[in-house]
Amino acid sequence: MSQPAERGQRRIRIQVDGIVQGVGFRPTVYQLARSLDLVGWVRNDSEGVEIEVAGPSDRVQAFVSRLPQEAPPLAKIVRLEVKERPWEPGDGFHIQASERTGSRTTLISPDVSICEDCRRELLDPSDRRFRYPFINCTNCGPRYTIIRDVPYDRDNTTMDCFPMCAACRAEYEDPRNRRFHAQPNACWQCGPLVWLEDAQGHRLAEKDEAVRQAIRWLAEGKIVAVKGLGGFHLAVLATDEAAVARLRRRKIREEKPFAVMFASREAVQGVCQVHPEEEALLLSRERPIVLLAKRRAVRPGHSEIAPSVAPRNRFLGAFLPYTPLHALLFHDAPYEALVMTSGNQSDEPIVTDNAAARDRLRNIADVFLLHNRDIHIRCDDSVVRSVRGKPRPLRRARGYVPVPVVLRESGPVVLGVGGELKNTVCLTRGRYAFVSQHVGDLENLETLRAFEHTIDHLQKILEVHPRLIVHDLHPDYLSTQWAEGQTQPARLAVQHHHAHIASVVAENGWDGPVLGVALDGTGYGPDGTIWGGEFLLVDGARYERLGRFSHLPLPGGERAIKEPWRMALAALWCLEGEEAEKVHGEILSRWPEKERRVVFQMLRSGFNSPLSSSCGRLFDAVSALAGIRDRITYEGQAAIELEQALEPDAGAYEARITRDEGLWVLDVFPLLEEVARDVRRGTRPGIVSARFHNGLVRAIVHLVERLRQETGLSAVALSGGVFQNIYLSRRLEEDLIDQGFQVLIHEQVPPNDACISLGQAHVGREHLKR
Amino acid sequence: MERTITLDHGSGGRATHELISQVFAQAFHNDYLGQMNDSAVLPVPEGRLAMSTDSYVVDPVIFPGGNIGSLAVHGTINDLAMSGARPLYLTAGFVLEEGLPLDLLEEIVQAMAQAAQEARVAIVAGDTKVVPKGKADKIFINTAGVGVVPPGLELGGQYARPGDVVLINGTIGDHGMAILCTRQGLALEGKIQSDSAALHDLVGDLLQACPEVRVLRDPTRGGVATTLNEIARQSGVGIRLFEESLPIRDDVAGACELLGLDPLYVANEGKVLAVVPPAVSEKALEVMRRHPLGREARCIGQVTEEDPGRVALRTRIGGHRLLDMLRGEQLPRIC
Ligand SMILES: [Fe+3]
Ligand SMILES: [Mg+2]
Ligand SMILES: [Zn+2]
Ligand SMILES: [Zn+2]
Repeated sequence: MSQPAERGQRRIRIQVDGIVQGVGFRPTVYQLARSLDLVGWVRNDSEGVEIEVAGPSDRVQAFVSRLPQEAPPLAKIVRLEVKERPWEPGDGFHIQASERTGSRTTLISPDVSICEDCRRELLDPSDRRFRYPFINCTNCGPRYTIIRDVPYDRDNTTMDCFPMCAACRAEYEDPRNRRFHAQPNACWQCGPLVWLEDAQGHRLAEKDEAVRQAIRWLAEGKIVAVKGLGGFHLAVLATDEAAVARLRRRKIREEKPFAVMFASREAVQGVCQVHPEEEALLLSRERPIVLLAKRRAVRPGHSEIAPSVAPRNRFLGAFLPYTPLHALLFHDAPYEALVMTSGNQSDEPIVTDNAAARDRLRNIADVFLLHNRDIHIRCDDSVVRSVRGKPRPLRRARGYVPVPVVLRESGPVVLGVGGELKNTVCLTRGRYAFVSQHVGDLENLETLRAFEHTIDHLQKILEVHPRLIVHDLHPDYLSTQWAEGQTQPARLAVQHHHAHIASVVAENGWDGPVLGVALDGTGYGPDGTIWGGEFLLVDGARYERLGRFSHLPLPGGERAIKEPWRMALAALWCLEGEEAEKVHGEILSRWPEKERRVVFQMLRSGFNSPLSSSCGRLFDAVSALAGIRDRITYEGQAAIELEQALEPDAGAYEARITRDEGLWVLDVFPLLEEVARDVRRGTRPGIVSARFHNGLVRAIVHLVERLRQETGLSAVALSGGVFQNIYLSRRLEEDLIDQGFQVLIHEQVPPNDACISLGQAHVGREHLKR
Repeated sequence: MERTITLDHGSGGRATHELISQVFAQAFHNDYLGQMNDSAVLPVPEGRLAMSTDSYVVDPVIFPGGNIGSLAVHGTINDLAMSGARPLYLTAGFVLEEGLPLDLLEEIVQAMAQAAQEARVAIVAGDTKVVPKGKADKIFINTAGVGVVPPGLELGGQYARPGDVVLINGTIGDHGMAILCTRQGLALEGKIQSDSAALHDLVGDLLQACPEVRVLRDPTRGGVATTLNEIARQSGVGIRLFEESLPIRDDVAGACELLGLDPLYVANEGKVLAVVPPAVSEKALEVMRRHPLGREARCIGQVTEEDPGRVALRTRIGGHRLLDMLRGEQLPRIC
């Protein structure tokens, strides 16, 4: 076949790997090749996209250099390889049918918020999809949540039961169309539809009328369950205090803040201060919930958000409509802000199917806005904050999953099963680490099932089986028990804070040893104490504990975590012993005498009072001592409110650095003593908070300084739930950088326990290397 | 001067003989023990023999609702009763710490004798050893028991079937909290009493009326949650408990909350968990409620086909909290 190359002619084969399927990549290739007058073909294969182009050398070269720049917005090219081919003439440029053999290594796109083109068509009365709630194109729409299997074709999605009409099919087959091979392509004629039901299951309205009626229900302060992309939302008017309070009561969610969806960027700015990086996050195609500082007073023309949306919180979780249905719910509506909280009861996983919604949300929602496009994989809204201009994920799910974390090098397939709370799992393949969406707290059956389903699904769509399962050292974590229940393959237990630091190392592609500062709640330590304020030397599969926070007992175990006042008692007990009541009677009198007596007795006898070096529990103790929070209703509340209360102050409490049994100890007792003294003097809680934060940062920097002298290492990795605290994060990062440290932080996965699975997988791989 | 146990009491000589005849033989008096031979020779009724043994090392040895002596009788009787046996004979072995007050020993032995008498069970053989101070904690007691299982009765942890219901004869966590509150010196208003009691009569009534009963278990160490986990694993079934139907005394619940414990993991010494087919559950409850130890009997859960090997608590708001078997003491899992 092949003929001798004509002078100046060239034929090449290009292999492109990454997120290149289902994102309009082939039409881009087609148009680029046609514009350069090249011949050849393009097709999807199991690895990604394969291209052959032939023509004059200079134009072939132009093709190769322009391809990455002109790739469609959703494409993410990870590898682009060019091979010379024998010359062969051809006629025209063609898009070929998919290749379906080989391993399924192509990457799946996350779900993407509605694009500007689709939004314009949605609201254009002359468009055939005018007000169609499922409008999408190759640049936007559902992906991960509707995919049942790979390759990504309509047959393998929950859209398989909607055969395309002639008009949609024509778009789908036309390489020049924005909907060329858009798998969820649909319209009023052929696609999914919405309807409105009451709590008894009676249909109230269908199609566009359903949306219009839902708006009226919402405007009246009613609670509407809205089926979304990765699960149900419960929506209610964010400006109506009575309505929000009713939602709290029915959902049995006492104080944990609700997120608010705003009609537009302007609407957000009316209520919150929005910095440019935050605005970029809000408008990004991932459309996460962004934690923003509330304005002291709303701008004229905007309404006050009801106080019980985020009680005692200076921040508000804000996001923008990301599906066409959301856009319609805000279009021509008499409101510009809706509470949009996950459709579930208290701590259960978010509801995803209609039957479960009717059953589980019956006592919460007044009406249900349902549709018949199934959600295959549950995916909550993602949550981010902005720290020093960079995103700090707090919950990584919709919009981000399943985009992999790209690792420094390739390696065997390893499964990390994560922690107990805020669980995620992580499966590696080649250079990629696929961290799952937020699964939730593994304390109930429903979440455990979601955990198992997520592991199965990840293995299926990635078509790999792990050589090693990595779990936490805590024997009672359900994820540990699950791992121990697997007969295959080998297992490895990794200490919680080793995993925390390893996840920062993994996502930064760091090579070699690093100093790790894990500021966390609680994690199981191999010495029988509970860890959580740790200074580690982490080097691949190996770690060494170099230092820790002082030990505080947790009187009542988990009870002490739910009741920070017990931590305050523990602190005063450690400071004064039997004299505590005498010395700190004024502070102690805040808590009932009978309970106090029992807790002191537990501290005296050590009964159910495990020792802990936790940093999170130190925050709890200070929060309770300062009079901010005695009992929590959601995880981390005492520490969050301590941060929220902070009023700028230059003071800093003094902590000491000491040695104990070969470890550096950040001795927090002088600091606690100063907290107690300031509280007795009547210092405002916000000032106590500032001085505590400042003192803690200073002490940590001092200790890390010692470690640098001792080890010669000057790279510091930061992880743990405490790094959700922006004031502490910012100060600590800046001070460390000022001291000449190289600081590694989380930008892709959250610093809380959602990062554990990635760290476990990383340690597992390093372990297999040995 | 207080009379105490000395090493002489364990010498095998005259002091030993006096201790046995004046304390033990008098209290436990019966014909078989009176034989005074190396072993007791006993008549055996028709049926299969059930045997069990257990050692008791509780601190404090005297607690509200009983002491280590009555507990040692009830515990072994209950173990026999759980296999459907009618308990007949017990043996008692004592390890005494040098310095144990004789009055305390007498109080314990009296309680033991009374518990055996009330249960119509004979203590037919015994043994006593004395160890130097510090080698034991006051007093350890071992009891072994023999009972007889009527023909045709077949109970076991492997027989739970989906659809069956889980019954209990009364409140949860009383014994463990009585012990803990005493040990921690917790001055809680109102004293929590141990539920220590012999269950064989209640169980006898139950089995007579409902021979269909599949499983009987006494939720002692590890509590209701651990015992149900064992049954779920042995039978390969799931078990659901209903939070709103769990019988827990307010003072027990309050003490658990203060100490940070879950009553479902706290020990009981007078409770039986019965797994019965749904058709006989009403009758079983009725029979149990007629007995003084079963007045608060109720259904607390259900056996399911799904989630084999797992026990979950359906909470008041409708979720299912997993109640797994804990490896050791309850260490915080919250991060
Ligand atoms: Fe953690
Ligand atoms: Mg026993
Ligand atoms: Zn679009
Ligand atoms: Zn159509």
